[in-house]
Amino acid sequence: MLKNSSRLHIPEPGCRPGETPDMSHITVPPAGEVRRPAEDVDPAEIRDLAWALIRVLDDGGNPVGDWNPGLSADALEKGLRAMMLTRAYDARMVRVQRQGKTSFYMKSTGEEAVAVAAALALEYGDMCFPTYRQQGLLVARDWPLVDMMNQVYSNSRDRLKGRQMPVFYSSREAGFFSISGNLGTQYSQAVGWAMASAADSDSRIAAAWIGEGATAEGDFHHALTFASVYQAPVVLNIVNNQWAISSFSGIAGGERTTFASRGLGYGIPSLRVDGNDFLAVYAVTRWAANRARSGLGPTVIELFTYRAEGHSTSDDPSKYRPGTEAAVWPLGDPIERLKAHMIGAGLWSEDQHAALERELEEVVRAAGKESESYGTLKEGARIPASTMFDDVYKEMPPHLVEQRKQAGL
Amino acid sequence: MNMIEALNSAMDVALTRDPAVTIFGQDVGYFGGVFRATDGLQRKHGLTRVFDAPISEGGIVAVAVGMGAYGKRPVVEIQFADYIYPATDQLISEAARMRYRTGGEWWSPITVRSPYGGGIYGGQTHSQSPEGIFTHVAGLKTVIPSNPYDAKGLLIAAIEDDDPVLFFEPKRLYNGPFDGHHDKPVEPWSKHPASEVPEGHYVVPLGKANIVRAGNAVTVLAYGTMVHVALAAAQETGIDAEVIDLRTLMPLDLETITRSVSRTGRCVVVHEATRTCGFGAELAALVQEHCFFDLEAPIERVTGWDTPYPHAFEWEYFPGPKRVGEALRRTVEA
Repeated sequence: MLKNSSRLHIPEPGCRPGETPDMSHITVPPAGEVRRPAEDVDPAEIRDLAWALIRVLDDGGNPVGDWNPGLSADALEKGLRAMMLTRAYDARMVRVQRQGKTSFYMKSTGEEAVAVAAALALEYGDMCFPTYRQQGLLVARDWPLVDMMNQVYSNSRDRLKGRQMPVFYSSREAGFFSISGNLGTQYSQAVGWAMASAADSDSRIAAAWIGEGATAEGDFHHALTFASVYQAPVVLNIVNNQWAISSFSGIAGGERTTFASRGLGYGIPSLRVDGNDFLAVYAVTRWAANRARSGLGPTVIELFTYRAEGHSTSDDPSKYRPGTEAAVWPLGDPIERLKAHMIGAGLWSEDQHAALERELEEVVRAAGKESESYGTLKEGARIPASTMFDDVYKEMPPHLVEQRKQAGL
Repeated sequence: MNMIEALNSAMDVALTRDPAVTIFGQDVGYFGGVFRATDGLQRKHGLTRVFDAPISEGGIVAVAVGMGAYGKRPVVEIQFADYIYPATDQLISEAARMRYRTGGEWWSPITVRSPYGGGIYGGQTHSQSPEGIFTHVAGLKTVIPSNPYDAKGLLIAAIEDDDPVLFFEPKRLYNGPFDGHHDKPVEPWSKHPASEVPEGHYVVPLGKANIVRAGNAVTVLAYGTMVHVALAAAQETGIDAEVIDLRTLMPLDLETITRSVSRTGRCVVVHEATRTCGFGAELAALVQEHCFFDLEAPIERVTGWDTPYPHAFEWEYFPGPKRVGEALRRTVEA
């Protein structure tokens, strides 16, 4: 008879606060080594790519291998600018949150390429179903910062009428779907949008983002099931930034296999990409989008990245991970890497970079000033409180008319 | 038409009139649904308009929300209301709030059809009445028809409505106006005036109740199967009850209710769902708030017991005409 060795396994990260951060468990293959299959490849032939790591930029900033998208200087500069603008925007919004001008904020520091490169690889009419850390999509689609700030401040110009927490943006015009705090819900909705588009033989596709933590939600699996069954034209991105608030990716099931490999059981082509490599994210997104637009169905993309800062302004990551962990993250910083590439290619210089940084800071400052003139959460102009009864239904039913009266509004 | 034929006709009309209408759910495509409500619709309107979905209620409603955002008008079937719970996050956190949270930029013009209620020996997983869970949610509408004419008109109104609508179908009424006398054969709908259903388009507006029996002694508030139980109870006790078929629970036709109760001074609320925090509690509270000085007796609730729906004790659980009749008597004698 076998000895009873049954035990409950509780995953634990490699290091905790006070310990020396260790990233030795992360294998970083050389850039350029992963083949780029034809866009119409049979998913069965590329199952290995779910465990690979597609990288274009090598340590010297040189683009190597089949996946190099060969972007123009203009396209590179647009990407760099949007990533830097996103970072500058984040920096200001955290400052104003600390000043008490709004209740909450979430930065995307270190993950800018995930959103910006995807936005530039997609067509403008493609519909994005993001989670809360893809503000870079709006920035890359040139959506006005003032409008985003109005939302963060819940001020008098907030199109969402003060109903949503900061960063829960929505922009129908920019193809940016309303953010939900119930994680994962947007993933299966994106598949529905894509199915509708396909039913109309519309060339627009959908793209969705989910954190690695939320892949444990049922909605993730609903999305993959429906996407596979109906071959929906959708790009299903998993942003693996290693941390779900304080839970490392092992708590979401990352110890045994990659998150990309979740797609294989559904027969969906699944790729794993260096999420801090702007060129790789661009190339892989484009590959998946072309597939979707050609009627070849969904693709799962795991974007391997690192949440360089806290989950939100309400979070203190030094309580659960070493403070210096970000510094040893082996895939670097997306802005620094693209900058190095552009300088190496003779398209950019340190001076130009510094000048752009100053310019964007000014852009953000001016936008902030304008937005604050429309009010902040605590001061200045607000949307009338009586509007809180609007939009519950298309037409206000009698009981809400009555309650608005009772509220004295 | 019987109720199933009326529902089928409503969807047929909606599919024909509006190319955005898209129907899907478990077994609804080729087969036409386990209760046959979508029979023939795929053949007539095509695969991409009417199709089968995986056994994934959460996925079905999420996909409907996404299709609604695209510009479709999805009508989905949840095979039994008992199976709707995996979809509650998508209904409550997403569909119900889409218009509100986006400042009107997006909305969820979806209809969720689902057979509910007992009387078919379905046990606890094929008999539930979960309407009270959804009437509690701001942003959802909840509709429950009690006869073929209303079923068609209300379903068309629900589909054409730009807000998310829960459309609960009393499955015990699909084939006839069951009045709770389980030991007697049910009359077919063909003998009932509400089976006269026009072939074409018409709507029964949401938010309007229907007085199905005028009376002076007591007001009975009911919906779905309980409308027929209440009518039977009134007839068998000889009590001159006014029976109001609410038809839409949210938004509620409070005016029709208060006008009646103010006149009769007595009120009995009947539903099949469990009692505590059921929709009857809201009805009793509203009647108390609006008609307190006209009331001559305590408001009674006749409901399912606060237990799961038991398979072998279906008729001890089901609020039949005997229990409703006793409540009527107590109320008029109080």
